[in-house]
Amino acid sequence: MTTTTYDGHAEEKNYLNAKPGIWSWLTTLDHKRIGVMYLISILFAFFLGGMLALLVRTELLTPGKTIVDADTYNKLFTLHGAVMIFLFIIPGIPAAIGNFVLPLMLGAKDVAFPRLNLLSWYLWVTGAVFAIISMVVGAVDTGWTFYTPYSTQTSTQVINITMGVFILGFSSIFTGLNFVVTIHKLRPAGMTWWRMPLMLWGLYATAIIQVLATPVLGITLLLLVAERALGVGIFDPALGGDPLLYQHFFWFYSHPAVYIMILPAMGVISELISVHSRKTIFGYHAIALSSVAIAAFSFIVWGHHMFTAMSPMGNMIFSALTFSVSIPSAVKTFNWLATLYRGHIRLNAPMLYALAFIFLFGIGGLTGLFLGALATDIHLHDTYFIVAHFHYVMFGGTVIAFLGGLHHWWPKMFGRMYNENLAKIACLLIFLGFNFTFFTQFILGTMGMPRRYYDYIDTFASLHQFSTMGSYIMAVGFFLTAGYLIHSLVAGPRAVENPWGAATLEWRTSSPPIEHNFHETPESNYPYDFSVNRYNPETGNYDYVGPSRIDDHGHAVGFHGAESTT
Amino acid sequence: MNLVFDLIAQLALMGVAQAANKTFYMPPQASASAAHVDWLFDLILWISVFFFVLIVILMVMFIVKYRVKDPNAEGPRIYHNTPLEITWTAIPLAIVVVIFWLGFKGYMDLAVPPANAYEIQVTGQKWKWLFTYPNGYVDEVLHVPSDRPVTLVMTSTDVIHAMYIPAFRAKTDVMPGRYTKIWFDATEPGTYPLFCAEYCGTGHSAMITEVLVHGPGEFEKWMDEAANWIATMAPEEAGLKLYGMLGCQQCHSTTGAAGIGPTWAGLFGHEVQLKDGSTVVADENYIRQSILEPQSQLVAGYDPVMPTYQGRVKDDGIAALIAYIKSLK
Repeated sequence: MTTTTYDGHAEEKNYLNAKPGIWSWLTTLDHKRIGVMYLISILFAFFLGGMLALLVRTELLTPGKTIVDADTYNKLFTLHGAVMIFLFIIPGIPAAIGNFVLPLMLGAKDVAFPRLNLLSWYLWVTGAVFAIISMVVGAVDTGWTFYTPYSTQTSTQVINITMGVFILGFSSIFTGLNFVVTIHKLRPAGMTWWRMPLMLWGLYATAIIQVLATPVLGITLLLLVAERALGVGIFDPALGGDPLLYQHFFWFYSHPAVYIMILPAMGVISELISVHSRKTIFGYHAIALSSVAIAAFSFIVWGHHMFTAMSPMGNMIFSALTFSVSIPSAVKTFNWLATLYRGHIRLNAPMLYALAFIFLFGIGGLTGLFLGALATDIHLHDTYFIVAHFHYVMFGGTVIAFLGGLHHWWPKMFGRMYNENLAKIACLLIFLGFNFTFFTQFILGTMGMPRRYYDYIDTFASLHQFSTMGSYIMAVGFFLTAGYLIHSLVAGPRAVENPWGAATLEWRTSSPPIEHNFHETPESNYPYDFSVNRYNPETGNYDYVGPSRIDDHGHAVGFHGAESTT
Repeated sequence: MNLVFDLIAQLALMGVAQAANKTFYMPPQASASAAHVDWLFDLILWISVFFFVLIVILMVMFIVKYRVKDPNAEGPRIYHNTPLEITWTAIPLAIVVVIFWLGFKGYMDLAVPPANAYEIQVTGQKWKWLFTYPNGYVDEVLHVPSDRPVTLVMTSTDVIHAMYIPAFRAKTDVMPGRYTKIWFDATEPGTYPLFCAEYCGTGHSAMITEVLVHGPGEFEKWMDEAANWIATMAPEEAGLKLYGMLGCQQCHSTTGAAGIGPTWAGLFGHEVQLKDGSTVVADENYIRQSILEPQSQLVAGYDPVMPTYQGRVKDDGIAALIAYIKSLK
């Protein structure tokens, strides 16, 4: 296997070995290094949250006590939720993968504010430390939603963990701010808004929500702390407050936060589907605009979390608004399918994850219809149906897309290839294990099993056992993934510059990239024009040959039998 | 547009008529609204199955048929197709409008109680339910008639709970500091689980009880007996039940253990030192007076914190409590 060279500089240093020592990492302003530090951090959080999930599922293996008591169980599911949401999924794709690829996709040297970028990582670490301290000194048993008045009355570490979440919020806001400015100001010549990779549209829509919604969570948590620590009556009726007000404030952030989690995932999927089926994305404008539409609608649907507590008028309005989100999501799915049509599909690990995403997000999205409709939601609210639904969206959607993106950009990030066969087996294990675990929970929910139950009636026992077995299969898949990815770092074959033949700019530099990304600013092209590369059978690389002509659509068209059908 | 809705409503009614067959994934249908909820659930289910199967079949067809052969080959540049895009936006839009409307209509039936409903007061507390009937009788199991609608008027004494009866497809949050309502028209006599659906701490999953639906005419018979339950039980047993129901156990132990109030173990017939220095023998009259006027004969070493039970327990109840205390040697 030959190493990638650029202009004949075979020995050139890359961003990983450009500066030695741990201190050079901790003080780095390089978006790629910050991305890698984020990646390591969030994967640690994911491991922690995953272990907590396995404990939760193991406890639910039998009715009554299996391994822990009720109070410990309540802390386990609370910490599983809080760690997974605030420490892993929200920063997951934007701060780890996004940080790495966003400036590269723009052909830029870095994000607009590199110091702010480093600060946001340090804030993440600080927030994580608060969360972990709260676990060590007694944990929290409120559920990740911190509903009042329970959260103002419980004796557990609520202030500690809410301060952690408050700090994590700033980390998220800074990343969002950075991305908004970077996308506005650092696009290269020729890359108009409508010639931007869809990953960037996803990250842009996400960043807007991060900046606008996260402050509301910060304010809400401060009010909660004020009530708990100072006895100011805001939410607790015993102090003259309104408990439902907390839920309104909380979900005003936390529903848009769901789209902070899924929008970048949709961006990743748009890239993976197009690149690995070697076909221009179908409905570019529709996908880009639907990201923006989802971001906008996300602010007006929070009330559906409270259908069992609000007035019929409020419920009617929020039910109607909730359905609005389903349309842009459906449009995206159809566009991805249409992209596969007449493509040249490569069934490698990133593509398998992308296809798994369509399958699982399809179920996650369609089951949302049962919850948006009032009459059925009343029965399903706060049951395992909800648990299954949001795991299909958050895990089947975001985590699967994260894994797809990780495998897609892994060669670029670390300059090494992983074992493709093991990657496919792991993907299959995770996919099957996930469905065993969570499809079962849809049935548990419709049968009436409430969520956050330590104990359950015997009717539900066999389905719970099935679900737990699924979670173990998933765990095997994840350990396998960790194994071959770590193995690839030390012993994987060297990656070429552009192993997938992708047309976005991050593939126009060495793998891993040099410290300043590019020797000279790359010339931008339509991001889904795959004729700009030509496969080199000797190196396995797709060499950049540049666009050859302009078609009637205004886009560059190459010479490989391309045809234009509008 | 109205015509379309009416047509759908007609179809909905036909669906309801056929919904007697129960599915493996839904609890039994024990209320008048359950059938409509299940019908809507099944409608959405089949719409979802249709679209999901369509998506998966297309996906599998494409990945089987359009595999990469030449690494340089590129798919045709189909940038978009306006009629197709309008179609796949408009059809889902129309479907969700219909689902919304059916969901809202069904929900209004669940949300608005009829005027003639039988009213039961519900208190949610960590971690049990208390059901208070119009005659003042309190039970921890919900008994309802099957021949008339019932409204539950609910409040919580601590945190938020949620009343959830899967067999009735009914659920409403129960909040401190306000009253919420839930109503149902139970149709099938039987016993069904009743859950707390809003997380409330340690005993959340133990905050479950049952709904007992009585057949026509049975409910009144049960109510008459239940209201008179002290008379039907052995006095010591009735006293033990009152000990729990009235909350005596929060302060008075029956084991000799210390508490906010004096223990009941070995109390009866023994001399008691009062706060004013005098002593009395704990006989029937002393116990009666301590229940009705707790401060009048305060035991030395205890604070005057016990509320009066005047009006909360009648003579037969006091007699049962005395019998129970007598039995605690």
